[in-house]
Amino acid sequence: MTAPLIELRHIGKSFAAVRALDDVSLSIGRGEIHCLAGENGSGKSTLIKVISGVWQPDQGEILIDGQPVGGLTPRSAIAHGVQVIYQDFSLFPNLSVAENLALSSELQEGRKLVSWRRVRRIAAEAIAKLGVDLDLDALVETLPTAGKQLVAIARALMSDPRLLIMDEPTTALTGREVEALFRVVRDIQSRGIAVLFVSHKMREMLEISERLTVIRSGRVVAAGPISEFDENKITRAMTGQEIAAEGYRWNGDPRGKPLLEVAALSIPGQLENIALRIMPGEIVGVSGLLGSGRTELALTLFGMKPGYQGRVRIDGREVRLDSVQEAIGHGIAYVPEDRLTEGLFLTQTIDRNMLVTSHDRLSRGGVMQGGRAAREASGMIREMAIATPTGDRPVTQLSGGNQQRVVIGRWLMNDPRLLILNGPTVGVDVGSKAGIHRKIRELAQSRGLGVLMISDDLPELVDHCNRILVLHRGRLVSDTPAAETNEAKLSEMLGALA
Amino acid sequence: MRSLALALRRHPEWMVAAVLVVAVVTIGLINPVFWQPANIFSLLRASVITGILALAVLLVMLSGGIDVSFPAFAIAAMYLTVRAMVAWGFDGVLLPFAMATAIGIGLGLVNAAFVHYLRMIPLIVTLGTGTAVRGFILGVVGTSQINIDQMPPLLINFARQDLFTVTQADGSPAGLSAMVLLYAVIALLVHLMLRHTMMGRSIYALGGGEEAARRVGFNTRRTTFFIYGLAGALAGFAGLLHGAMIWTANPRDMVGLELDVIAAVVLGGASIFGGRGSVIGTMLGVLTLVVITNSLIILGVDTTWQRVVVGLIVIAATAATAWRDRKRIA
Repeated sequence: MTAPLIELRHIGKSFAAVRALDDVSLSIGRGEIHCLAGENGSGKSTLIKVISGVWQPDQGEILIDGQPVGGLTPRSAIAHGVQVIYQDFSLFPNLSVAENLALSSELQEGRKLVSWRRVRRIAAEAIAKLGVDLDLDALVETLPTAGKQLVAIARALMSDPRLLIMDEPTTALTGREVEALFRVVRDIQSRGIAVLFVSHKMREMLEISERLTVIRSGRVVAAGPISEFDENKITRAMTGQEIAAEGYRWNGDPRGKPLLEVAALSIPGQLENIALRIMPGEIVGVSGLLGSGRTELALTLFGMKPGYQGRVRIDGREVRLDSVQEAIGHGIAYVPEDRLTEGLFLTQTIDRNMLVTSHDRLSRGGVMQGGRAAREASGMIREMAIATPTGDRPVTQLSGGNQQRVVIGRWLMNDPRLLILNGPTVGVDVGSKAGIHRKIRELAQSRGLGVLMISDDLPELVDHCNRILVLHRGRLVSDTPAAETNEAKLSEMLGALA
Repeated sequence: MRSLALALRRHPEWMVAAVLVVAVVTIGLINPVFWQPANIFSLLRASVITGILALAVLLVMLSGGIDVSFPAFAIAAMYLTVRAMVAWGFDGVLLPFAMATAIGIGLGLVNAAFVHYLRMIPLIVTLGTGTAVRGFILGVVGTSQINIDQMPPLLINFARQDLFTVTQADGSPAGLSAMVLLYAVIALLVHLMLRHTMMGRSIYALGGGEEAARRVGFNTRRTTFFIYGLAGALAGFAGLLHGAMIWTANPRDMVGLELDVIAAVVLGGASIFGGRGSVIGTMLGVLTLVVITNSLIILGVDTTWQRVVVGLIVIAATAATAWRDRKRIA
């Protein structure tokens, strides 16, 4: 057997007192698709940086083609054929596709002048190598995420790499784009280039990779051919705990007073004659394709679609939800899909992000009561189990899962009656995801909170809702108890609608 | 609408060109005096100094920064040079321009050092250095204005040259200043540098993303020093040229000019977020601004309204670029 392309032996790396990598061994063969799995903070990024020469390991050695390579630098790693595609792609949005592709090779050749004809030729070759169709003159910023990714891949392939490291490449892609990416990855593999696929998405790992290495807290906790793994085993390895997937059952009285009752709700062109009831303690899932009206439904209930037709009752009383203030006043809380742009004030602290919806309640005569505010914020940090020593840290220092808890916690401070969650666990890793689900169930059961959970993640709906609604073109086409359906049935139904 | 937005993003020059045509046609219809050669030539002459300074601002803006120190640098270079010439009894053209340019480079490199090593925001750095340089000139070098009687004659004669002269309908002569050609040559050189050298592309790359520029292998330190050094050089050169063209060296000159110049650059399609803009757009922006503000007089509008117009142009042009760039921010 020939030596593997790259082999890490007993790599250790510490930052101050933190042991980021501990005795990590990993080998990648020629032309192999290898998946590196782990939650946020598990040491994945550190490992990538060690392989690409950004950081030198404290212990252990790296072998390429069986030969030890000491003191790897970013430049020598590239010379050994290691290319990294970072999550942000490191492209220039203001420059054309052609220039983005040609810049680095022009630089490496030490050119002083730019020949636009040569730039186009280099770029055309790079695109042809990848076998895709891209407009060389388009500005990169006008491309969709998948297009930008192709440019980044094409650029990485230009230097004839032998190992391509892709850091969370599917994060911002739709299902169809992920499929296209996988075709590209397999094509790259067929040319003998190895791919290290860094991910925390189970299904993708199982689909694309041949071998898998799972790391947790800087240590390898599982490794082997992909055939030895299934979703549960990977989850267990990543989180170190068994995550129960027991469905949510609602045991309330179906003849009781509904928390929310919507009748004949319509918005021309968006929603058509929607009727639905949510009882206290119910977790109701909402599924539907893009453009089905599910987000519109959420926004209407949150007072962002004034002038809707139809009746809304909360606790039996008829109300109008024509502004966000009215909706909040009636105890409705909304956690938007894109927490980074819609939900969080990224330059502010965790405390301030928590308290932002409670300013009225916590002030007297227009002045915020600092002591009470700080107590409530730190209480909620504890209740939501947000991983931070204090609330005066910037919210950007938190992981995705913890940020989502800040947004949810913020609303809980006002004791809402109905919590609307849009994609509650998008971009959140497995462990945090389970934590958020646990919290939502607990809130529904103990506080009688009604939850409307919009999600693309069908297992999430099946596992954590007691009822699932399906919307299509603004109409409610199905309302099924979760116990009577499953992922396959749901996805078949959605497929038929598409 | 969408394809229009796309086309404008690719070639924002068309927008400012359209504004210029509309402005010129409208003004010409209201008062045909506008089309007299003397007026056209004087507008072109008036765009020389603003134009060279605008090229300096364009460089900084392309890299994602903004520069408000250039009027102070221009005046410092001009006043120091003329004072030195008067004191030493020296007269000439090349050497004084070399000195003014060198002073500008030196001051620009100070900006670069603050921006690069201390990672300071260019607006704050240039506000500080500009104010300090102005204070230094007035406090240490002097406050007295050097008038035509003391100005070195060769310098003045250099700036007085015309490319050609035409005889107008009423028999009076009108000459096109040779400084317009000088401005065109400088603009061409800056254009070639930006478009066809790796240094020029590194300025765009820096404006597109500093981290990405570094990862690709650009030497961002060298680029930063080049940008501010060249911007300083252009400011110093324009300062002395300004003094030579108006036959006066006034240390209190060019106050508030930064807004006019920035307005012209933004009007020319450069993005205040960096990475976008061109020499041709900037030149059109300068010409548009000069045409509009200078034509208020022949339109019978009180000159005090000039400032209102400049302010409105800044807002309108920035709103237009923000509309163009909104997808990027969203």
